[in-house]
Amino acid sequence: MQIFTRSVNSIARGTLIGGILLVATLAVGALLYVRSPWVTLVGVPRQQPIPFSHKHHVTDDGIDCRYCHTTVEYSTFAGMPDTKTCMNCHQQIYAQSPLLAPVRESWANGQSIQWTYVNRLPDYVYFNHSVHVDNGIGCSSCHGRVDQMPLMEKGQTLQMGFCLECHMHPQQYVRPKDQVFNLAYQYPANQAEVGTKLVQQYHLQSKISCTDCHR
Amino acid sequence: MTEMYPTPPNGDAREPSVSPPLASSPARPAGSNPGTPLKLWRSLDELKTGRASKQAAPAIPKPFDAVTRGGFLKLMGASLALAGLTGCAQPSDWKLAPEVRRNPDEPQGESLYYATGFSFAGHAYGTLIRQYAGRPVKVEGNPEHPASLGATDIWGQASILSLYDPERSARVLNQGVLSDWDTFAQELTSQAGFHRTSNGGAGLAILTQTVISPTMGELIRQMLAQFPAAKWHQWQPINRDNVRAGTIAAFGAPQNPIYRFDQANVILSLDANFFEFTPGHLRYNHDWASRRIVGPGKMNQNRMYMAESTPTITGGKADHRIPVKASEVEAIARAVAAKIGVTGVSGSAPASVPAAWLSAVVAELSANKGTSLVVAGEYQPPAVHALAYLMNQALGNIGKTIEFTDPFETASVDHLASLKELVDNMNNGKVDLLLILDGNPVYDAPADFNFASALSKVNANGLSAHLSMYEDETSALTTWHVPMTHDLETWGDSRSFDGTTTIHQPLIAPLFQGHSPLEFLAIVNGLGQTTPHDLVKSYWQREMKNPPNFEALWQKTLNDGFVANSALPAKTVTPRANAVPPPAATPPSGLEVIFRPDPTMYDGRFANNAWLQELPKPMTRMTWDNVLYVSPAMAHQMNLSEGDVVVVGYQGGTVHAPVWVMPGHPDGAVTLHLGYGRAKAGSIGSDRGYNAYLLRTSRTPWFGGGATITKTGQTYTLASTQRFQNMEGRDIVLSTTLQEFQKNQNAIIEQVKLPPGSMYPGYDYKGYRWGMSINLSTCTGCSACVQACQAENNIPVVGKEQTNIGRWMQWLRIDRYYEGDPANPTQYNMPVPCMQCENAPCELVCPVDATTHSDDGLNEMIYNRCIGTRYCSNNCPYKVRRFNFLLYSDWKDDMHRMVYNPDVTVRERGVMEKCTYCVQRIRLAEQRSLAQGRTIQAGEVLTACQAACPTSAIIFGDMNNPKDPIVNLKKDPLNYSLLAELNTRPRTTYLGAVRNPNPDLKGV
Repeated sequence: MQIFTRSVNSIARGTLIGGILLVATLAVGALLYVRSPWVTLVGVPRQQPIPFSHKHHVTDDGIDCRYCHTTVEYSTFAGMPDTKTCMNCHQQIYAQSPLLAPVRESWANGQSIQWTYVNRLPDYVYFNHSVHVDNGIGCSSCHGRVDQMPLMEKGQTLQMGFCLECHMHPQQYVRPKDQVFNLAYQYPANQAEVGTKLVQQYHLQSKISCTDCHR
Repeated sequence: MTEMYPTPPNGDAREPSVSPPLASSPARPAGSNPGTPLKLWRSLDELKTGRASKQAAPAIPKPFDAVTRGGFLKLMGASLALAGLTGCAQPSDWKLAPEVRRNPDEPQGESLYYATGFSFAGHAYGTLIRQYAGRPVKVEGNPEHPASLGATDIWGQASILSLYDPERSARVLNQGVLSDWDTFAQELTSQAGFHRTSNGGAGLAILTQTVISPTMGELIRQMLAQFPAAKWHQWQPINRDNVRAGTIAAFGAPQNPIYRFDQANVILSLDANFFEFTPGHLRYNHDWASRRIVGPGKMNQNRMYMAESTPTITGGKADHRIPVKASEVEAIARAVAAKIGVTGVSGSAPASVPAAWLSAVVAELSANKGTSLVVAGEYQPPAVHALAYLMNQALGNIGKTIEFTDPFETASVDHLASLKELVDNMNNGKVDLLLILDGNPVYDAPADFNFASALSKVNANGLSAHLSMYEDETSALTTWHVPMTHDLETWGDSRSFDGTTTIHQPLIAPLFQGHSPLEFLAIVNGLGQTTPHDLVKSYWQREMKNPPNFEALWQKTLNDGFVANSALPAKTVTPRANAVPPPAATPPSGLEVIFRPDPTMYDGRFANNAWLQELPKPMTRMTWDNVLYVSPAMAHQMNLSEGDVVVVGYQGGTVHAPVWVMPGHPDGAVTLHLGYGRAKAGSIGSDRGYNAYLLRTSRTPWFGGGATITKTGQTYTLASTQRFQNMEGRDIVLSTTLQEFQKNQNAIIEQVKLPPGSMYPGYDYKGYRWGMSINLSTCTGCSACVQACQAENNIPVVGKEQTNIGRWMQWLRIDRYYEGDPANPTQYNMPVPCMQCENAPCELVCPVDATTHSDDGLNEMIYNRCIGTRYCSNNCPYKVRRFNFLLYSDWKDDMHRMVYNPDVTVRERGVMEKCTYCVQRIRLAEQRSLAQGRTIQAGEVLTACQAACPTSAIIFGDMNNPKDPIVNLKKDPLNYSLLAELNTRPRTTYLGAVRNPNPDLKGV
C-alpha cells in the first residue's frame, strides 16, 4: 500500500524549485526595491511650502549657487538661505504674489519657513561640503542638474556605494576648480587623462577610511 | 618584573621598527611568574590573595532562563529574518527651518569659541567655550589665562551638564506657591524702599558665598552705602579662613599667598592638597609638573616631602609622605620650624614621625634656601600657616617661591565668624529681610548653628529670599525662591588666584528663566530691572577710567578672556614679632574625625551632576557614594571591611557611614567627606551617601578628637570601578628612581618584555601617523581627562547598579596602583585609553568589519555597523572597550540632549564603543587643511583629554611630522608600550614613572 502516488514526486520537486525561485525573486525584488526611487526618492520632486524653482532662479535669473548657499566653500554645511535672502529681491519683485505669501508671513512674524529636506544623510554620516567643493568636485556631481529642476528633487541616491565609487576613482569625477559651480559642466572625452592630472595637481586623496565619514 | 627579557641587540625595546627583530630568547606568557609576590596592587584584597579580587563583583542578572536548543534556533531565526529590516527606515519628511534673519558672522555648521570664565567656590579660571548652532557644548581652558594655561578641572568640564540639567529650578516660588519674577521684583523694591526710608537698612542682611566678582563687589558696596545699618555676610562651608587667619597672625593683615612651584627644588607640604581645591590649583599642577618631567638633557626633578592626614592625589605624588593625624601636623610644623631656625618657636615632633624624615626635611630645606617651599594645608589651623610663612621667610623663599599679594576676594572676611554673627542676629530678631545669594546654608552651615531654626525666626517677622539654581534645602525654608542663572547664561566677572580678572560672557540666553545675583542686587539698590550686561560693562567702563577707545578695549578684553595686567602686584611683607600663636594647651585626644570636601561633589553643590557622581573618585575609584576612610590597621583591629556600615558618633551627633579601608590613612583617625546626604538635590543627587555636615560644628570644622565608631553589622553596596578591567597581575606600571635613571638610561626599557617578532613586514604609514604619549611621572590622577572625554564624546552615565556590575562607560579609565606597605604605600596612576594598536586584536575578530584600521593607523569603531557580538572586547588585552548593554544615552529629553557634541554619534543599545583619539577632531582638522590646500600642523589637533590635562601628562601628535613633539617623546628612554610582549604595537605608549626619593632616606 503506497501512501504517496507517483505524482507527489513531481509536486515535491516543483515545491522545492518553486520555493528556491520564490526566495530568489523576493531577494532580488528587495534589492531592486531599496535601489528604486520609491526608497531613494531620486528624481521625485518634493512638496514644499513654496514651489521654489531652482530652474527659474539659476537658469533664467543666473543666480550663483553661493548667493543662497553661502557657507558651502568653508563649512561642513552648505547653508540654507534665511528669509531675509528671499526678501532681498522679493520686496521688489513679485512682492504681492500669492505663491510667496509664506515668505512674507515668515518675514512679518519671525517664524522660520519649514522646508522639506530633499538631500538628507543619516545621522551617522558626517559630510563636509567645503572639502569637496574646494577640491574640484562639482555641485552637479551629487545634486544633479539642479538648474533644470522646477521643483527640487534628489539627483543621486547618496547611498554609500555612490560615495565610495567616487572616493575610489576620483579621477573619473574631478573637474577644474573653476567649473565646480557650473551645473551644465560636461566631462571631456579624455577625462581619464585630464582627471588623473587634476588629481595630482589638487593632491586629491582617496579617503576610504570608515572614520572619514562615520564617527 | 622580577624576570625580564634581555635587552635586544639594537637597544630599542619600546617600539619595534617596521619589522621587529626576533628576540633572542623564546617568548614566555606574560604574568606566568607564580611564586613571586605582586609588586603592584590595586586593592587590599589583591594584595592579600595575590590576584585581582573578583568575588566581590555581584552576579550579573540573566535576561533569559537557560537557553534550550529549540529556543536558541527560534531566536536565531528571528534575528536573521529581522536583521536586515533595521536599515530600511528612512524618514522622508524631515524639516529644515532656516532662521529668518541670520547673523552673517555665525557660520552655519561650524563651531565658534568664546572666551569666558568658570568660577566656583571663591576662585576662577579662564575658559574657552565651544558653541555650536547657538548652544555651548564643550568647556576648554583658556591657554592664555594664567590660572588655566589651557587646562580645566573636573568641575569645569562637568559644568556644561549642569547647564542643561532638566531639574534646574525654573520658577519663582513665594511660600511654595508659584509666582513670577516681576512680582518678586516689586516686593523686593518695596521692601528695600521701606528699609531705605525708615531705618537705614537695619534688619536687612545679605548672605553670599565668597565674592570674587568686582561688579558684584561694587553693587554690595553701593548697597552698604545706601543702607548703612545693613549687614553683608559671606559663608562657604569649604572656606579659606585658616589661610586668612594665618596671614593675619604672621603679617598683621590678610594676605594672599601665591606659590611658584616652578621655582622650587624641594617642597614640604603640611597636609596641603594644592593639586585639587586650592585657588590656582591648575597653575600649581602645571608649575609642579614643569619641574617633574625628565628626559634627555633634563635629568633633575623636584622633591616633595609631605605630612598628610587624609590621602589625596597630592600625597600620591609626594616622594616622602608620612601619614599623620590632622592634629599632629602643627607639632611637626613647629619641630621643623624650630630646627630651621625660626625664632621664638620650639617643639618636638610627635613620636609617630620618623626622626630620619624630619632631619631629611630640615637638611634639604636648609640646603635649598630660596629654592624651597613650605605649603600649609587649607584645613590646618592658622598656626600651621603662620609657621609655614615664617619658615619660608627664614629660608629666603619669599619673593622667590612664594609671593604675597592683597586678597583677591572683594572683601576678606572670616566666614565662620561672619555666619555666626548672622545667625545670632537672626535668632535675636534683628533680621527681617534676609537675601541669600546662592549657597545652601540650611544644608551646609555648622550643625551647632541650627540655621534652619534661625531662618524660621526671620520668616516669622519678615521675609527671606533665596537665589539658587535648584530648589534645594534652603529654598524650601525661605519665603521666596528665585531661580539663578548658570555661569554660561549671564554676564559677570571674576578674579583668579593671582587677581587676574575675567569677564564672563553668556553663551546662551537663560534656559530656565534664571536671574543673576547682579540683577538681584540692582533691585535692592533701587536701580530697577537692569541687565547684567549693562551692570558689568558700565562697571568696567568706570574701572578702566572711560578711555576714548573703550569700546575697542572692551572687545579686546572679551576676546582675550581677561583684563590685561589685572594680576595683583606682589607685596613686601614683614612678619610680626611673636607671630605664631602658642600651641593649644590640650591636644585633641581619642579617635580623630577629619572632615574633607568630597573629591567630586566638593561641598555638595554638584550633587545633581550625573557625570561627577559617576566619575570614579581619584583615590578610591568609588562612584555614587561617599565613604568613611579608616586605616588598614584600624580596620584589622576593629574587624571592619569594605562596605561595613558603622555609626560615627561625634559631639552628640551620629551618622551611619559605610567603611572604606584606605591604604595610607593615619591610624587613630577617620575621614568623613562632605557633600553627600542631600535631601533636596534632585533625582540624581538626593538621598545618596551620608551627610557629614550633621557632625561638623563651628568648634571643629576640619578635625577634632573624641569620636566613636560602632559596628552595626549591616553592609552597604559600594560601586567601585577598580574591581573591573584589571590586567591580571601583569607588569603594567614601570617605574624607576631618578638616581637609578641617572645612572642607567635603560632602567625602564630593561623591564620591558619584548614580543617574539613577526615574519611579516609591517605596514608603511605614509601620511599622518597619530600617536599618544602618557607621562606617568606627572599624572596625578585628577581625572580631568576622564571628564573631558565624557563631555567630548557623548559618553552616557549608567547609574550605580550598572556601575557595580562593571558596565560603566567612560572610555578613559585611570588605574590606581599601590606599591609597598598598605600603611603608607607608594601610589601610581595610569590613564588607560584605547591603545590604537597597529596589530589590533579586536579587528581580527569582528564578524561585520565594524572595527577596522584607518590609513593613518587609527583603530576605528563604526557604531552604525556594530551588531554587538562583543568579540572585540573579549579579545582586547587592555580592556578599553565599552558596551551599551542598555539604552544608556538620553534620546528623549530635549533639554538634556543639547549637551551632545554634534560631531559624535550618540550610541544606541547593543553597540560597542571606545576611545578613537577624538577622531572627529582629527577629521575636521584634516578636512579644513585639505580645503585650504595644506597639511595639519603640529599642535593643531588636541584630543579632549590632552587639552584638559593640567600637567601636560598626555601628549598627542603626528609621529610622521618631525616638528611634532610626539616624535621625541617616542624616542625618550622612558618610553614603553603596555604589554609589549603581545606585539600589538600600540600607538599609545607610556613614559615610565620616575620618582625622586632621597637616597639617604631608605624605607621612609
